[in-house]
Formats: sequence, structure tokens, C-alpha cells
Amino acid sequence: MLKDEAIIICRDVHKWFGNFQALRGITTSVSKGEVVVICGPSGSGKSTFIRTINRLEEHQRGQIIVDGIELTHDLKNIEAIRREIGMVFQSFNLFPHLTALQNITLAPIWVRKLKRSEAEDLAMQLLKRVGIPEQAHKYPGQLSGGQQQRVAIARALAMQPKIMLFDEPTSALDPEMIKEVLDVMRELARSGMTMIVVTHEMGFAREVADRIIFFDQGQIVEENSPNEFFKNPKHERTKLFLSQILQH
Amino acid sequence: MIGQKRVAVEVPPTLRWLKENLFSTWYNTLLTLLCLWGLYAALGSLLTWIFAKADWSVIPANLKLLLVGTYPAEMLWRIWMALYLVVCFLGMSAGLWGSLLRDTVVVLSSAFLFLALLPFGVNERLLLSGLALLSWGMMGSGWLLRRSSLRRWGARILLGLWVLSPVLVVALIGGVPGNAWLAPVSTAQWGGLMLTFMLAIVGIFASFPLGILLALGRRSELPVVRWLSILYIEIIRGVPLVTLIFMASVMLPLFLPGDTRVDQAVRAMTAFTLFTAAYIAENVRGGLQNIPRGQYEAAQAVGLSSFLTTVFIVLPQALRAVIPANVGQFISLFKDTSLVFVAALLDLFNIGRSILANPNWLAHDSEMLLFIAFVYWIFTYFMSHLSQRLERTLGVGER
Repeated sequence: MLKDEAIIICRDVHKWFGNFQALRGITTSVSKGEVVVICGPSGSGKSTFIRTINRLEEHQRGQIIVDGIELTHDLKNIEAIRREIGMVFQSFNLFPHLTALQNITLAPIWVRKLKRSEAEDLAMQLLKRVGIPEQAHKYPGQLSGGQQQRVAIARALAMQPKIMLFDEPTSALDPEMIKEVLDVMRELARSGMTMIVVTHEMGFAREVADRIIFFDQGQIVEENSPNEFFKNPKHERTKLFLSQILQH
Repeated sequence: MIGQKRVAVEVPPTLRWLKENLFSTWYNTLLTLLCLWGLYAALGSLLTWIFAKADWSVIPANLKLLLVGTYPAEMLWRIWMALYLVVCFLGMSAGLWGSLLRDTVVVLSSAFLFLALLPFGVNERLLLSGLALLSWGMMGSGWLLRRSSLRRWGARILLGLWVLSPVLVVALIGGVPGNAWLAPVSTAQWGGLMLTFMLAIVGIFASFPLGILLALGRRSELPVVRWLSILYIEIIRGVPLVTLIFMASVMLPLFLPGDTRVDQAVRAMTAFTLFTAAYIAENVRGGLQNIPRGQYEAAQAVGLSSFLTTVFIVLPQALRAVIPANVGQFISLFKDTSLVFVAALLDLFNIGRSILANPNWLAHDSEMLLFIAFVYWIFTYFMSHLSQRLERTLGVGER
């Protein structure tokens, strides 16, 4: 791989929920501009893993370093890292009492201290980029699922992050809306954004990913380029998963 | 069938409504008639009494007492002036911000006009018409301000004036020591509807922020803040309101150093505020708990601090969700102001009772109590109507 500098480094990351161990020693790294797709059966820890990267979940052992800053209990570090990382959720999590435009401008105005007019210009650019500038003044409740998720992507991009995390961004969408969201993500990947995507969309993974990581039971089972991953899966568990997911 | 289209007979909408809802079938007709008969049997005698038998003279004869208590008659202009001031601000705000405020002012000005039609003295009727005119005039100028380039500054100045308004009103009505025009009038002489309003308004505006802080405190991660909030809420909620007012008015002086004197009305207001805040806190906490976790996560993910998250994401949604419960609390505060007799204050209800104790008006209990109940009802109904409007206004875009 030509991409050099590692922007995310994870060393032996462990995470427990009570007695249940969700992550059992994850070691991996992501380079600048790389698109990594994480897949695996449900409950395998893939969502938990990307949520530890911006500290929505706290890891209990190991080390996570994002853009040279280690994630610790230090609140300043956490806030600094969150400014670098945008996140898109399965259930959109837009703020229902704010319009699409306000959803996008809130953080730039109050966290990045942009002027309102600048923030609104930026928001309109982003809404154009995700293809729905005409929905700027609607409330999330008035938008379709696909439109909401695109607003959510624009909201994350408005902080001008270096890394974007996607936590099953299309799982809550009707089939006909999945494409419009994936198209936006494709464009984003082409623009050189560093992305970590948890998804079951294998077509997207094959086309866009630089690397696929397969999770099972809180561990990385296999890690490979898309071609190798789909043609020559090495582990039995991966073969089983692929046969199940590609069958239908 | 083409060309034979039946010409629809134009039926007035009222008649059609009646037909569709009350007389659609023979048994519906029967039920309607039965209900009407039942209503007549129940309310008929009451209505006859209200319109034919009752002697309402007790109300106009004591109107001044009912409205402002024993406030010195030659000083009444100060209350009028305070009223004009508030209506002035209200009209301006209605023009500038519109929506709910505009409706409020429309209702208020119609009420002034209606009152001006009643047979009061000439002066009062002129002053009432003046209030109506002023509210419309200010609404118009507020609207002009809204269109002009001075809008931002106008809004800021107006907000400042609102913040200042309690001081102005208290200075006008309560007086300024050493001022010849505004000689002090002690709160013992405030009374009637005016006092009811003052207690309720101060109670509402002071308890709301306090309640929000307590609700946030109860969910705080700092143990001391959390424990203190819980302690406060549970103690206040465990005590009847009368007890609190009584403690504030009778027992407080025992604890304060000898020469500190806190005004009787202020003590009552404090008691109402402290009491209502505990209930508001619990209402708001209910709203806070219903905010989905995803909202916090999304706010964190875009880098909002917990303070900004609370202010911009959590509170707006939580407060909107608990509008009905909070307004309910405010309505009961409004009615509970009648408990201030334990602090020796004479609000609308208690001044009514003391009028009834006057031998001249001995046999007029029913008229007086019905009138007072009616006044309470008008204002509480207005409040609950406003709350519904508020919910709709703030609910924009939510499915």
C-alpha cells in the first residue's frame, strides 16, 4: 500500500461491558486517506470498536492513538480528537428540533467559532455536495431516511474532520434509499477522506475499500485487500460468513 | 348518469354539522334530546339563578377592593401606569416576534375593549380603551421595527426592558423611599387580583429556571450537587404548601438576626417559588430522561461540550416535551396563591372572603364566590390555551 502515515493506531485494545468482553485485543492501524470496511456477524464487536475510536465507548486496556494524540481520560484530548473525527450513525441521530441547516451549522458556530454567515455558506456547500440543498430549511421529521442520513453526513463533514466513521450507515434505510447514501460515501472516499465503515454492503466494500477487516467474537479474524478477501478467504469463519451474506 | 348531476343544495355549514353530528339517525336524535334535557335539568336552575335571582351588586360595589385591595385610592394612577408600561412592552414584543405573543395581545386588547364597554366610570372606560389602543399601536410599531434594519438592536433593547420591567413595576406600585410622587405603599396594602397576579408571575418566572437547575443537578455526575438537589426536591415535595408559606411568614423572622425584616409579600413569593421549583424539577427530569442516547452521542461526536449539549440539544427537546406538565404546575400555582392568607395577605380570594365578613354584604356568598371562581377560570383557561399553542408552535416539523 502506498499510503504511508498511520493516522489511527490501535494496540491490544480490550473492552468489557460488565462481564461480557466485547473487544479482545484489537491491534491494527489505519493510514491517511485509507478506506477500511469492517464487517462481521452482529455482536462481533465491530460497532463497539469504531465507537472506541472517538471515545463514545471507553476502552479499558490497550492504546488508541488518533492523529498523534492518545485517548485517555483527559477531557481536553477527547474533545480535540472528536473535532478531528466525524461520525455517522445507523439511526442518523439528527437533532429533531433543528432544521437540516441548523443541524449542520450548530457545531461549526459554537465549537469552531465560525461566523454564522460563514457556517451557513459552508453548510449549503455541503448540502449541495450530498445532493439536497433544497431541503436545507426542513426539519428531520420532514425528510426521508436517505435524506436524513445525507444531512447527518453533511453535519459530520462540517467540522472538517480528518477521519470519518460510519456505523452501519445504511442498515436503517429502505432498499431504494441505500444507493443515494452509498453514492455520497463513494464520492467522499474518492476525495481522499480517511474512512472506517462498518457495513454489510459487500458491493460497496469490494468497490471502494482499500482493506477489509473481518471481526468475530471481539477479535480481528482476517484482514485483507477486497480482492483477496472475497476470492481467497483464509479462515473457516470468514468463508462461512461470506457464504451466508453473499447467498441471498 | 352523466348530465344528470345532482345540484348540491347549499346547506349552511352549521346546520350540516348539526345534522351530521347530532341528528344523523333516530337514536342519535333521541340521545341529543335526552342530553339537552339532562343539561337543562342540571344547569337550568343555576342559570336562572345567575341571570334572574342573584344580586350582583356586591361585585361592582367592591370592585376596587377585589382588583387592588386596600391600595390607596389617590395612588391608583401608579397601578394604571404599571399596566400601561407592561402592555407597552407586550405590544412591542408582539409586533417584533409575532406568533404566540401576537395572539396574547389580540386576546388582551379585546378583553380591554370588552371591559371598556361595561358600565364603569368614564375615567376607567377611557383608560381601558387607551390600553387597547396602546397595545395595537405598539404592536404596529413593533411590526415596523421588525421590517427595519434596526431589528437586532430593537430586540436587544426590548429584552433589556423586559429584564428591567419587574424593577420598574415594583418601583411604580411599591414606591421609592423619599420620592414625593412615588411614596412607598407597603405590601400590606397590596391586594386583590393585583396581588394574585404578582405572586403568580413572580412564582412562575423564578421557579422555572430554578426548577431546571435542580433537574440538571439531580442528574449531575458530581455527587454533592446530585445529593443536594435530591435532598431539596424530596424535602420540599414532602411538605404541604401552606406549611411552607407559614414557615416563611411566621418562623423565618425567628431565625433571622433581630433587625432584618423581609417583606411579607416577598416571603410568600419565596415560598411559592421554592415549592413550585421542586415540582418543575421533577417534570423537567422526566423530559430529560426521555432524550434518546443517540442525541448525546451525536452531540459529542460533533465536538459539543456537555454544557453546549445541554443548552442546545437536550433542554430544548426536554422542555418542549414537558410543557403540559409544567403549565399544569403553573396553573395550580396560580390558584394556590389563595393560600397567602396564612401570611396575612389579601389576594383575590381572601379579599372576597373579608368583604363577605362585612355585615353589609352578609348574604352574598354565592355571588362573590362564583365571581371569584369565574375570574380564576378565565385566566387558567387562557394559560392552558396558550400552552397548547406553545406546544404546536415549538413542535414545528416533528411528526
